[in-house]
Amino acid sequence: MFGFLGPNGAGKTSTMKIIACVSPRTSGTLTVFGMDPETCPVEIKQRLGVVPQETNLDPDFTCYGNLFTYARYFDIPADSAHQKAEELLEFVQLQEKRDVTVEKLSGGMKRRLILARALVNNPDLLILDEPTIGLDPQARHLIWERLKMLQSQGNTIVLTTHYLDEAARLCDRLVIMDNGKILVEGSPADLVKQYVGNEVVEVEKTEEVLSCLTGKNIPFEVIGDNIQIATESSREVIRILFDQCTPHNVLTRPATLEDVFLKLTGRKLRE
Amino acid sequence: MQNFWSIPRISRRAWKVWHRNLVVFFRTWHVNFFPPLIEAFLYLFAIGMGIGSYVKEIGGIPYVNFIAPAILAIAVMNSAFFECTYGSYVRMYYQKSFDAMIATPLSIEDVIAGELLWGATRSVLYVVIMLPVLAAFGVISFPTSLLAIPLAFLGGLMFGGIAMCFTAITPSIDTLNYPSFLLITPMALFSGTFFPITLLPILFQYIALALLPLTHLVAVMRMLTLPAMTGVLILHLAWIILVTAIFCIVAINLMKKRLIV
Repeated sequence: MFGFLGPNGAGKTSTMKIIACVSPRTSGTLTVFGMDPETCPVEIKQRLGVVPQETNLDPDFTCYGNLFTYARYFDIPADSAHQKAEELLEFVQLQEKRDVTVEKLSGGMKRRLILARALVNNPDLLILDEPTIGLDPQARHLIWERLKMLQSQGNTIVLTTHYLDEAARLCDRLVIMDNGKILVEGSPADLVKQYVGNEVVEVEKTEEVLSCLTGKNIPFEVIGDNIQIATESSREVIRILFDQCTPHNVLTRPATLEDVFLKLTGRKLRE
Repeated sequence: MQNFWSIPRISRRAWKVWHRNLVVFFRTWHVNFFPPLIEAFLYLFAIGMGIGSYVKEIGGIPYVNFIAPAILAIAVMNSAFFECTYGSYVRMYYQKSFDAMIATPLSIEDVIAGELLWGATRSVLYVVIMLPVLAAFGVISFPTSLLAIPLAFLGGLMFGGIAMCFTAITPSIDTLNYPSFLLITPMALFSGTFFPITLLPILFQYIALALLPLTHLVAVMRMLTLPAMTGVLILHLAWIILVTAIFCIVAINLMKKRLIV
């Protein structure tokens, strides 16, 4: 499973659309399954499954109808399409909603149905553009579980996400991108280690702590009224803090992908 | 600069899009079948019987027989035009159906071609529903009137193509009201529908013949239902085929420009 991470406007969705033969590229080369999307879009799309960011299920059909009709777009014969639709409804646990129009589904059910829809053609590559956007924890976990199941069956999955815990949990490798450029690439654990360290110590911002840390030459970052110190060994830092800086509210936590992300892409708000 | 005239590469998959719309149409058949039936009755009674009782006949033809082909032609125009404006716009913009479709082996050309074929099919269905009503009133002649069915497909394709061009350039669904009121309504009145275009000032006669597609469709339709076929039929048909080809090609290229970003 491969992830594309980046702030809004970084170019994640554009990348997905170019891979999916929907948007043309302005320059450069790209091959999908060894083919050029410009010359062989049909052959490529035949083997792709796409979960778009926007929910675009067909409101004129039921859950079953959506899967069946979509399968027919892939030239799948009617009886296989029927079988596949039933199978996938079970896979995403929507058998009970089989004959319900999609407008009556909750957000989580819609996303599950879109995932099922992306699987109707047994894709060799599954492209997920923010698969769990706007979902409650229960629905996210079900989607994650299903994605892991697909992964263990040997499927290749490419996803974009804003949720860094999701990326850390699912991706074998990922890139962080911004302004259309790839900043770093690696496995989530390696990236955290390389760019932040093992742990982060957070401490309430006071003049005392600030001058103390500056004096000790310990690198730190101020975020609001919080000071964050990335470190290989929190014990060392905490010992210094308590011995010499009289800190309030000290908290130690493992370094996360979010620290890497914010470090590389900055804290400025994106449109 | 996008080429508006390039011949689109359409595959047989366009019929899948057509089939999707057909399935939805027949699932809600009870709301789709009555309008053309009622429309036929309304026109026949209000204009045919109402005005017809004063007018009696035009050029030796009973007035109701004169307007019967116009009722069919207007139905062809309206069903394809509104399907390929509001119907297609809703599917494109609100339902995002086109986005979902082009993630499959369907190309954008296939999708729009499927929509145009569907618009034309809708015209055919309307005419098929209206024909028995008009036949029951004895205002059209058979078997030539049966040719109205293939003609409905051609006419539907023409108005679908024109409609799709507006759909491709409209900034919002509200602005689709402009072509409806500024083009479709005047056409329904001034294309030799309820009175012969020879009653119009000569300049407007030329305008109607040169620019109003419905003029040609009504003329052919009337030749079929009366029947009163002359060699001019070929000229009218040629005009319709040419305009159909132009607008369908431009519509697909415009839609491509709108949707591929």
